[in-house]
Amino acid sequence: MTVESDKVPAGFGLAKGKKSRSQSLGLARYLVIRFLLIIPTMFILISMVFFLMRITGDPITAALGGRLPPDQLADRIHAAGYDRPVLIQYFDYLGDILRGNFGTTLSDNREVTDILAQYGTATLELVIYALIVAFIIGVPFGMIAAYKRDRLPDAFLRLFAILCYATPVFFAGLLLKLIFSVWLGWFPVSGRTDYLSELSGLRNPSGLYLLDALRAGNMTIALDVLKHAVLPAIALGLLIGGVFLRLVRTNLIGTLGSDFVEAGRSRGVSEYRLVTKHAYKPALIPIVTVMGLQIALTLGGAILTETTFGWKGLGFMLAEYLTARDFVAVQGIVMLIAVIVALTNFLVDVIAALIDPRVRY
Amino acid sequence: MDTTTSKPARQPRWTRLPIISHLRKSVGLQRTMLIIGLILSGILFLTAIFAPLIAPYGYAQASADGANFGAQMAPSAAHIWGTTVGGYDVFSRVIWGAQTAALVIVLGVLMSIFAGVILGLVSGYLGGWVDRLLVVIADAIYAFPALLLAIVMSIVISGGQSNLFGGIMAAAISITVVFIPQYFRVARAETIRLKAEPFVESAKVIGTSNLRIISRHVFPNATRTMPLIFTLNAAESILTLAGLGFLGFGIEPSSAAEWGYDLNKALADATSGIWWTGLFPGLAIVLTVLGLTLVGESMNDLNDPRLRGRRRAGRKKRGGPDMPADAYVNGTGLEVTK
Repeated sequence: MTVESDKVPAGFGLAKGKKSRSQSLGLARYLVIRFLLIIPTMFILISMVFFLMRITGDPITAALGGRLPPDQLADRIHAAGYDRPVLIQYFDYLGDILRGNFGTTLSDNREVTDILAQYGTATLELVIYALIVAFIIGVPFGMIAAYKRDRLPDAFLRLFAILCYATPVFFAGLLLKLIFSVWLGWFPVSGRTDYLSELSGLRNPSGLYLLDALRAGNMTIALDVLKHAVLPAIALGLLIGGVFLRLVRTNLIGTLGSDFVEAGRSRGVSEYRLVTKHAYKPALIPIVTVMGLQIALTLGGAILTETTFGWKGLGFMLAEYLTARDFVAVQGIVMLIAVIVALTNFLVDVIAALIDPRVRY
Repeated sequence: MDTTTSKPARQPRWTRLPIISHLRKSVGLQRTMLIIGLILSGILFLTAIFAPLIAPYGYAQASADGANFGAQMAPSAAHIWGTTVGGYDVFSRVIWGAQTAALVIVLGVLMSIFAGVILGLVSGYLGGWVDRLLVVIADAIYAFPALLLAIVMSIVISGGQSNLFGGIMAAAISITVVFIPQYFRVARAETIRLKAEPFVESAKVIGTSNLRIISRHVFPNATRTMPLIFTLNAAESILTLAGLGFLGFGIEPSSAAEWGYDLNKALADATSGIWWTGLFPGLAIVLTVLGLTLVGESMNDLNDPRLRGRRRAGRKKRGGPDMPADAYVNGTGLEVTK
């Protein structure tokens, strides 16, 4: 796996950073440049999505066309400014985004940033649970697969990892629902909690229901929140866990063959310790980097998971607005997710640079 | 990096074709994986081709001999996998779905190879600001969640609702846009490497035009790793298509069968314990993606001498042809792109 130089665009003349500079200055310089690189990325994505969405016409016609008489439709379009030249609309839109205004939904007239504030925490909570599941699956099983390389356990685990990837989250979710909710009745079918009114009655709710329930000291609600979270977390966690498994396996195989592992073995270090400490530590840097880059996969999976389980997060709302043909809302949420992905990738690169002094571009 | 053209001449030509050469140099577990993958992929394409012969009913057929099938009927002799909430035969829709899937794979991947490779060749060969711009754009797209991009594209292309051709094209183009950066990257990297090779330089010296150098000298050598990305992307395009269908951006049930759409409808059925509407289309997706991924993964491992399994010395009982002499030459230099 080639991991370094994967995300930062080449060709910026950064490859030959002067080595004579002091270490900390190099790091600061790298961080600043890496941060500045977010700007062209975001600019390209925003422009691309904007122009693509405008090729087909204005969002008001898309949402209401055929349901309003033509003159009223024209009035609405004029009021929203969609009859102006596209370039002027574009610069307006860029300005709005810079001011943090991602637009107002057509169907229920809300600011897109409000939607993020209200539903973003639900997505965050789901992603945290799913990541926990993914780590529990990915790291230990990846270690076993690497250690038992090309033998039966490895074959099974690799097949398992491919199956995790090959199963769409909504199909995994459907099967989990069918077995554990409908037939066995262990877990609720959908939603985030049965105690919505109790939770929303709290002062300063964080939106992370488990945290809120724990702060209120109500174990019944906390347990209910966890019960609701089990199946969605497993469905999404399996998807990411499969990727983690392969990642840990590939990178561990690289370090397990190193001389220092052999040296450790000759000194009588236990096999368990060799795998989990000696070989795993150096493999950790590429693992952390690539795990961080799975944020795009995770968010894409979260959209489908939320829709499957009626988990009211950003992805669920995106699907709702898609059905309502509210493309202003869709565009806003898509842009927000793009910002989240870009910022996460930046943070991952920063963490990688802090862990490993060799990571410089 | 040694040149890829120095193959021993005695190998017959067909053994050097991508999948066949991989099959010949595989052993044991890797061979099993590759063969299972090939069988599953083969089943998909055969089903797609012979769908009209296999499926007992049409994909949008809700009645036969003047009698309606009835909605959500459990599997029976007349409908071996039951019927959907819309009153269609599940078995027939799964079979016809293979056709949609195969069409989207072929169209989507061909278009992305075409666009991605051309852009990569030109960008890598010419360099300069065009190259930098394209790289930044490709990276921006690459970092973006594929499903979101596909949603945006399908809004653009079909306004979110579509007939057979429109729906398949929308899905295929959405997938194309998602995958172009991958082909672009690979083709560009290979082109930059090849640009420094002596045979390109000598072509330049004798005054060959850029177009001819790109098309005759660089292109045939830059496509080594394409079959690998091709299979992995084919797998991902099935998932993207199903995801789009699941979110309601698929193809209307009256114009084609699509597994993701059926799963979307089956979600409500699952809550009331009806398993057959969701299980079969879901399994179809899983097996298709599994098959294509197994082929891709095996090819990836076989291309990489460090990952390729070797026959153990001293155990001659295992069957299979000997490893071709060019295995190492063919296999060097591949980097895992995903």
